[in-house]
Amino acid sequence: MKRIPTIAFVAIALALAVGLATAVSPFASPAPDGLTRVAGDKGFLDNGTTHRVHESSPIPGYAFPGIADARVAKGVAGFVGTIGVFAVGVGLAWGLRRTRGTRGETAAP
Amino acid sequence: MHIPDGFLDGSVAATAAVPAVAAVGYGVRRAGRTLDDSRVPLLGVTAAFIFAVQMLNFPVAGGTSGHLLGGALAAILLGPWLACIVMAVVITGQAFVFADGGVTALGANIFNMGVVGALGIGLAMTLARHVLPSNRTVFLSVAGAGAWVSVMAGALLCAIELGVSGTVPFSTVLPAMLGVHALIGIGEAVITVAALSAVLATRPDLIDGAGFGPLPSPEPVASLGVTS
Repeated sequence: MKRIPTIAFVAIALALAVGLATAVSPFASPAPDGLTRVAGDKGFLDNGTTHRVHESSPIPGYAFPGIADARVAKGVAGFVGTIGVFAVGVGLAWGLRRTRGTRGETAAP
Repeated sequence: MHIPDGFLDGSVAATAAVPAVAAVGYGVRRAGRTLDDSRVPLLGVTAAFIFAVQMLNFPVAGGTSGHLLGGALAAILLGPWLACIVMAVVITGQAFVFADGGVTALGANIFNMGVVGALGIGLAMTLARHVLPSNRTVFLSVAGAGAWVSVMAGALLCAIELGVSGTVPFSTVLPAMLGVHALIGIGEAVITVAALSAVLATRPDLIDGAGFGPLPSPEPVASLGVTS
């Protein structure tokens, strides 16, 4: 079987991720997640605080600012977030990648 | 399972950050020796996929939802140490850009939701390679079981951190956390196995957990960094 090239694999996987985050996430369950639910049930949900950093989060709570429709706001947040995470991941990996020696050998420190 | 600010005592949060920083730091150091150019886009797309699927909360019993953590999936695809970097990227981005997960609890969240699952499944895969037959069914079974265990381990650690912080009695929070995450973990297992099946069907050679399963293994992958 002929294998698809890596670049095509990455493109398909990225398209799938972007599609899920953009088109499916707005329809994800709005119910509290496991920890939030336990915190509510066991009476420590109110211990939660808002950190100063979070007051200036660019896309707080996965709702892209300035969009009235909650589902559209979440879809746009998912689109931007997934592309952003891909870009950061690739950028970081490029910066960290092996630049000397062959696999298995130790590069100079 | 993102712990918000205010749930953990400062010393507990700092203590939980130590293994997170150590694992991610070691991953970074190791990447300089083992991360080939060809795997650079794979790291990025794994992070993007995990971020995206983490947004897909699925309902579990009783008005509660859960979502993928992804540490086990990342570790099987990329190896446990690169997976620690991937999970740190995702969880840090969520904390700073999306206000999801505490800033002070960032280390604890990376430890609970990323590092433990990644290193745990790395160890499980390495052990399984030695004692179990190598085929697709065994590979996917170990992956699925490992994914479930990774969620339970994260829930256990989260409960310990909350208990030691004095936020809630450990004996109260432990059964509650394990109970709900036993269900959420099934979702983790299903998504992990589905994603791995898709990769197996298209590019099995891209799976670092290779050498286990029907995969070509041109070179042994020292998943836990013992030999390279």
